[in-house]
Amino acid sequence: MSEVTFKEVQVGDSGYRDAVAEERLNSERMALNVGPSHPTTHGVLRLMMELNGDLIEKCEPVLGYLHRGDEKIAENMTYNQFVPYTDRLDYLSPLANNVAYAIAVENLAGVKVPERCEAIRVMICEMARISSHLLGMGVFGMDAGAWTPFMYTFTEREKLYTLFEELTGARFTTSFTRIGGVARDIPEGWLQKVSRFCEELPKAIEEVEKLLTRNRIFLDRTEGVGVISSSDALAFGLTGPNLRASGVDFDLRKDKPYSGYEKYDFEVPIGTRGDCYDRYLVRIEEVRESLKIINQLIDDFPAGSWYAEDAKKIFAPPKEKIMTSMEELIQNFMIVTEGPQVKPGEIYFEAENPKGALGFYIVSKGGGVPYRMKIRAPSFCNLSILEKLAPGHMLADITVILGSLDFVMGECDR
Amino acid sequence: MIDKDFIEDLLKKHPYSNVKHQNDCLTLSCPAQQIIDLTTELRDQQTFDLLVDLTAVDQGEAVENRFMVVIHLYSCIHHDYIRIHSDCTDNESPEFPSIHSVYPAANWHEREAFDMFGIVFTGHPNLKRILMWDEYPYFPLRKEFPLAGIDVPLPADDVVEVTQASVEPAPMMGGPFVSSGQGFMSDAEPRAKDESWTEKKEKPV
Repeated sequence: MSEVTFKEVQVGDSGYRDAVAEERLNSERMALNVGPSHPTTHGVLRLMMELNGDLIEKCEPVLGYLHRGDEKIAENMTYNQFVPYTDRLDYLSPLANNVAYAIAVENLAGVKVPERCEAIRVMICEMARISSHLLGMGVFGMDAGAWTPFMYTFTEREKLYTLFEELTGARFTTSFTRIGGVARDIPEGWLQKVSRFCEELPKAIEEVEKLLTRNRIFLDRTEGVGVISSSDALAFGLTGPNLRASGVDFDLRKDKPYSGYEKYDFEVPIGTRGDCYDRYLVRIEEVRESLKIINQLIDDFPAGSWYAEDAKKIFAPPKEKIMTSMEELIQNFMIVTEGPQVKPGEIYFEAENPKGALGFYIVSKGGGVPYRMKIRAPSFCNLSILEKLAPGHMLADITVILGSLDFVMGECDR
Repeated sequence: MIDKDFIEDLLKKHPYSNVKHQNDCLTLSCPAQQIIDLTTELRDQQTFDLLVDLTAVDQGEAVENRFMVVIHLYSCIHHDYIRIHSDCTDNESPEFPSIHSVYPAANWHEREAFDMFGIVFTGHPNLKRILMWDEYPYFPLRKEFPLAGIDVPLPADDVVEVTQASVEPAPMMGGPFVSSGQGFMSDAEPRAKDESWTEKKEKPV
């Protein structure tokens, strides 16, 4: 052991203990590998850390364990064929990814979808947001040592999955949108079921709040931990609840409304301190705001067509017409084999997803296959701040920080 | 707002940049040497404080400047994006100045562009692969790289010694991929081309 030099301090004074502890701790650094398979990393993230005792001195995230080459794959298939791949980006809110992707391609193709289609999309986006935040808050509680809230949020999430199943036919990988519309209209009686869910959810949220929001242990572990200043958050390209928790008023649903978001009345919750606790609060408020939007939709759900009927080279005609009319049969065949015909050009579209701004940059040279597609994953950008954020925190805080950033590796690694 | 005055003002200050189009957002072209100058101006004077995306496009081997870096900036004041196109001059070993000093967010985006296209960002503090493993020899998003992948040795020697394993190309047969959106199905779909095995003839080992 290295020699400890005694400084001029009183015995019993905490400065004395600190001086001794510091001397001893500074003598050795420890390298610690967390992940790629570890419960705190929420997927396959690996952190290479350098510890000074319990204090993190350096933290380097290592990515790529879930890299599937989605961008390369996208260059080799038609626009509609790529929809199932978007499910697997942020797999906690597949519906929101489907919608973001569909709108990006539609903007490039110059297709305008009818009001009912937009309403369906807003509805599923907000349901996806609730589903994602419920999981995010649940596991965040669990990361901080609170098991029970997870049970409440997961019970509600299960109900959402049942609703998704009835709408899309799948609980998890929904693949619901098509370029120029959605896969099918909403089933009869489905809105009533959503409405019932919206009545039940606030009670469950209140239960979670009772368990977490003023819980002393939870507060001790999250308050003042992982503080991100607003300038840092912007500099590192954070988006979504993580950016808003740092006090930046940035919500694409308000700032650059798409899919008719300007018609709905909702607030954007903003944090003040940018610590882990604020990120939790912002998420819980966002769930309430999403409920507001869904309730407005249920009260006045627009009638009409649920796909762009005039987009002949984009959206496949209804099945009964394909079977009876030659022109529609040809149209369907062309869309399936050669893809929706999109004019040459480039587009960048970002949607406000539960995790942040999910962007698609598509370069088209015409035809049914993109020339280049870049997916701007919010989790990728949100994680990049970790290198700066983690040093100076205790090892135990890393769990809470990761939980509060609420990332998904499927989207991060693509 | 991004209007005519804004653009004129910007072009006057930065005569090297040009407006390419304004289809979805203002798209500027800028020579690689001036990129730090332009982005610094956009960040400090024009409130484009959020770098949302930095990526590259491989325009094909036939094009004079093959690799183009594409930067998307967002302004929380204007509520709009700006896109900057910038060509890398050298096609063999493309280089581009890192804008990490202007936007720290560019750090990982540049690493990804290096990983996928092989563009070296000069001045980057930690330029190494981010999604593929460090020893990987190719740049997968270049157009000449096949979709199936290329046989590559595993980086772990001890594993290879025992298992003789390597990273194999993915089987394409029956896959949903099309090589092009145009032409006959037999040309466009790899499954129509792969005749090495069928339901009647067994797959060669």
